[in-house]
Amino acid sequence: MYLLQFDWWIVLEKFILIAVIVTTSLVVAMYSTYAERKVAAWLQDRRGPNRAGPFGLFQPLADGVKLFMKEEIIPTASSSTLFILGPMLAMITALMTSAVIPWSWTIDVAGRMVPLQIADINIGILYIFGVVSLGVYGIMIGGWASNNKFSLIAALRGASQMISYELAMGLALLAVLMLVGDLRMSSIVGEQIANGWNVVYQPLGFLIFFICALAECNRTPFDLPEAENELNFGYHQEYSSMKLGFYLFAEYIAMFMSSVLLATVYFGGYDIPFVNEAAWGNYWWVGLVGFSVLMMKTSFFIFLFMWIRWTIPRFRYDQLMHLGWRVLLPLALANMVITALVVLLLNNK
Amino acid sequence: MGISEILFWILAALTLFSAVMVISSKNPVFSVLWLIFTFFTISAHYILLNAQFLAIVNIIVYAGAIMVLFLFVLMLMNLGKESEPKKNRWLKLAGAVAGGSLLLVMVAALRHTENQMTELVTGDIGLIKNLGKVLFTEFVVPFEISSILFLSAMVGAVVLGKRDKPVENLITPAVAADEVAVVSIENRDV
Repeated sequence: MYLLQFDWWIVLEKFILIAVIVTTSLVVAMYSTYAERKVAAWLQDRRGPNRAGPFGLFQPLADGVKLFMKEEIIPTASSSTLFILGPMLAMITALMTSAVIPWSWTIDVAGRMVPLQIADINIGILYIFGVVSLGVYGIMIGGWASNNKFSLIAALRGASQMISYELAMGLALLAVLMLVGDLRMSSIVGEQIANGWNVVYQPLGFLIFFICALAECNRTPFDLPEAENELNFGYHQEYSSMKLGFYLFAEYIAMFMSSVLLATVYFGGYDIPFVNEAAWGNYWWVGLVGFSVLMMKTSFFIFLFMWIRWTIPRFRYDQLMHLGWRVLLPLALANMVITALVVLLLNNK
Repeated sequence: MGISEILFWILAALTLFSAVMVISSKNPVFSVLWLIFTFFTISAHYILLNAQFLAIVNIIVYAGAIMVLFLFVLMLMNLGKESEPKKNRWLKLAGAVAGGSLLLVMVAALRHTENQMTELVTGDIGLIKNLGKVLFTEFVVPFEISSILFLSAMVGAVVLGKRDKPVENLITPAVAADEVAVVSIENRDV
């Protein structure tokens, strides 16, 4: 038939890939909650969850069941469409980043070369900017639709915080862009495999990106939208049951995605340093090795996020804005200008 | 019909529907959300024209930044159905006439254009490489002038914001409330 004449294998391939990646993200986010509690317990000299299953490994499942079983309340004075839309948007925007991340080497499945990346679009980095800038909506809509002044203030805080830190984040990424000279995520990783990791060339950029990632995920020390001693509970105060679960879960997914991005953009993605994996061929196990390496780097960053959360106290709101606009933004600008100059000089020698 | 043609028709219908919803929603917050949706559908049109850069910049700038500010303002004003002011009937009529004449002018202008086919999927001027080259060689002067225009707007905003004003006139009460709290704490410490 002429109507739908295209390669159906691509559709199947991408469909499987999307299913696998989304499931992985959800499982990682689920066990991040467990890891968070274990890390917190470890840092505070406690045991942490240890009742459900061996070492408390079924704790996330128990939490999930609990959240599903709780009573679902939609406040009468709220705008119910938006009230339901809020957590959905938070979840969707958190998951959307995964589309452009190269997860591993291209593998050979029955004669077909399958790249383990959902979409290698030629605007990969800009796509990430876009998704990051949309992350505000879940919080804003949920906070406003709750019709609660604390939720609204928290939502506005969250939004202004995200807008402020987005800029420095974007500028830090632009410096990487100048080094690589391409916006594709796959070529960013490829460049790093060839010339060494970006963190070596962009230490300041990495630091700025990392701090901004903390702020974008609303993690301590930047968890002002949830500052419970000022705002009761934050933007999701009126939420109950799995809608609340979605907000909390979306935060962990965002953390996972930020960690993957940090690993991909600055730490070589699925590359093992000083090993030439490309010579191993396109077997499925090479793909698995690459994916495991990426996950190891990611776990390290997730651990770092948690370590910071249980170590550093929360910023005050004016300090947060000060850091974002008067420290990080000028630093990121300087970093960008210096990178541009160096790249120009090296290319003109 | 090819797949891109089917997509185009679906997208066109979605765009028109959401654009109509923008102006027919009673609650301004819903209007803004529909407007965001409209921007997404327009971005999808850009992708159909193989202009990925335009598509993503449209989302980053309009959906991601400008609309957030719109939402900020609307959420703080908390306009409901009740607060919509009753408009004068003559004003409505004048608006309809003005809008109708604009439609007439546009239809008249487009009616006599050559029957050009848009380059669906095949065109490559919207790709970032080509667009960058054109902007920085052929159109570098207008490009720089428009950037100066943006800069002046930014400086103007900063100047307006810097002017000493009572705290309640700040744009975001959330910030203002926090600053008030901070100021009062500082005063107490002194």
